[in-house]
Amino acid sequence: MSTLNYTKYMEGMKQAVVVSLWFMFLTFPIMVIRVNTIENIIEWRWMNMLYIGAGSFILSFVWRKMSGRGISARKESIGAQGGRKFYLQRLVSEKRLSLPALGIVAVIALFFPFVSSIYQTNIMTTALMYVVLGLGLNIVVGQAGLLNLGYVAFYAAGAYTYALLYHHFGVGFWLALPLGALAATVLGVLLALPVLRLQGDYLAIVTLGFGEITRLVLENWNEFSYGPSGISGIPRPGLFGMEMDMHEATVYLYFLMILLCIITIFVVNRLQDSRIGRALLALREDEIACQAMGINKTMVKLTAFALGSTWAGLVGVIFAAKTTFVNPASFTFLESAMILSIVVLGGTGSIIGIIIGALLLILLPEYLRAFGDYRMLLFGIIMVIMMIFRPQGIVTGVRKTYEFHTEEK
Amino acid sequence: MNPILEAKNLSMNFGGLKALDRVDIDVLPGQITALIGPNGAGKTTFFNCITGIYSPTGGDIFITPSGGGRKKITGINIHKVTENGVARTFQNIRIFPDMTVLENVMIGRHCRTEAGVLGAILRDKGTMTEEKAIVARSYEILKKIGITEHVNLLARNLPYGAQRRLEIARALATDPFLLLLDEPAAGMNPQETRDLEALIISIRDEWEISVFLIEHDMRLVMGLSDSVYVMDYGEMLARGTPQEIRQNPEVIKAYLGEDVSA
Repeated sequence: MSTLNYTKYMEGMKQAVVVSLWFMFLTFPIMVIRVNTIENIIEWRWMNMLYIGAGSFILSFVWRKMSGRGISARKESIGAQGGRKFYLQRLVSEKRLSLPALGIVAVIALFFPFVSSIYQTNIMTTALMYVVLGLGLNIVVGQAGLLNLGYVAFYAAGAYTYALLYHHFGVGFWLALPLGALAATVLGVLLALPVLRLQGDYLAIVTLGFGEITRLVLENWNEFSYGPSGISGIPRPGLFGMEMDMHEATVYLYFLMILLCIITIFVVNRLQDSRIGRALLALREDEIACQAMGINKTMVKLTAFALGSTWAGLVGVIFAAKTTFVNPASFTFLESAMILSIVVLGGTGSIIGIIIGALLLILLPEYLRAFGDYRMLLFGIIMVIMMIFRPQGIVTGVRKTYEFHTEEK
Repeated sequence: MNPILEAKNLSMNFGGLKALDRVDIDVLPGQITALIGPNGAGKTTFFNCITGIYSPTGGDIFITPSGGGRKKITGINIHKVTENGVARTFQNIRIFPDMTVLENVMIGRHCRTEAGVLGAILRDKGTMTEEKAIVARSYEILKKIGITEHVNLLARNLPYGAQRRLEIARALATDPFLLLLDEPAAGMNPQETRDLEALIISIRDEWEISVFLIEHDMRLVMGLSDSVYVMDYGEMLARGTPQEIRQNPEVIKAYLGEDVSA
């Protein structure tokens, strides 16, 4: 046993040495050689090579140890649905634990805006917006398995619907809300029609292109969308014509978002265990078998895109009302990537997971502002680590179980 | 007796390859019909043409459901074929691995139910009654198939033999009048094969669903079938009862090569 461990250990050492040698070789031109243009000499910084070598050796060694453990952990978790559960998973699936947890969350959500500053309430409102966006995208990506990288286009559709309707016709927030959702849904169906035959990577590429095209159109079609300068002066949502100051308006928007979140969770949850929800899952699992079970693939795909983009439209309208200003810069590919990250990190197909994912991904960077430029780097590292150690996300979706009373047994 | 499934002159070309060459097949109601042939003979291609996965390059397919008239189903969509009452299983198991066993069967009820998005959100009375009926019927089918202990298990965790039975259960949930089984006994042990044989017979006799199967297990085919078709190189070689097929020199040649007949 101990000799086996020893050989394994040596094997790891050997590989780590190889890795560090490679790194020293690859980084040689940039880390060691330096041309000093002032004195016209070349400096050789051999110490840097040593640092690189030692650093990459240690990292590689630790990495190997950890990823070995990660793989074995993943093997265990394959037999999920029963068996060993992640503690968050237990919190979700056991009523005894989940009800008090839900109560605590509700209390926190209720009092949050009264004990924190406008700044923090604003951040939380943004996070809640991403919760809804994540849940919406989850219908397309997590449930129907259609990788959509242009989700931001529907978000933009909602925002611009409100902005333009207000600008031209003076339409208010509450009328714009359903119209924005409708615009996004229509756009979703329009996108779905040409991509019906595409799967996997090809679908991802086309939707990516679609997102970028939408942004470029908004940027360049000055007569329609007022170009890069965007549309400003969009009113915040009203409440029976009441005058609200900055703080009140922020709190009001926060509760509006809480309400929308609850509605979203309610609807998405009900969809999940319905005939339509199951059809979406079947489409994700096996397209041919799904059709062979009598499911109209075209209809299901259109439904998935329509259902997913509706939420983006709703949030888009709220976004426009929150910032009182829209321009194309808010709807870059990075937004789509962010929302997708929320879904993947949280756990595709799991409502709780996505809520946690959205809160983590939106709130953490805000509170990590001290790290400044390294934020995105940290973000990337977290994503890579997640993919290695927990590819199914923070919380995996658990399927509904049914009870039967068997008389004969 | 009018056939419930007819293939007339059915041809399927992939580029220059004739996977099916003017094939005629009749499937009679209340029977178990088998389609046999060496590997690559075009059996699965034939199934794929019937179920709409391929659009045949020539010929026609007709169905005659027990209650309805004769209907042409050549080249219609996959889901339309199932809606019309022809269900199938696959050579390589194609269950939905990350859904529960019961949900797999519930998917089969999709084309016989109609709750939409609004119903799912509002959970009105009609939707809930329908949902309950779906669960009840699915469970009933699973009970008949003999998978009652693992209804809430993810389908991927079922043992191999049970996964094959689940696929049959799922196909039965679509209320077919004809069930196409593509190598249902592949990879099964002798005991599982015997259970499968009993199941297929009960599908014919108790469920009153005609069965059309592709199979390599000759003992199973000969013991089970009412009539057998033999295919080779995309052409129909012979048809007849198991006895006739067993003695047909051409069939023996196709299976065992030239020298045996000499």
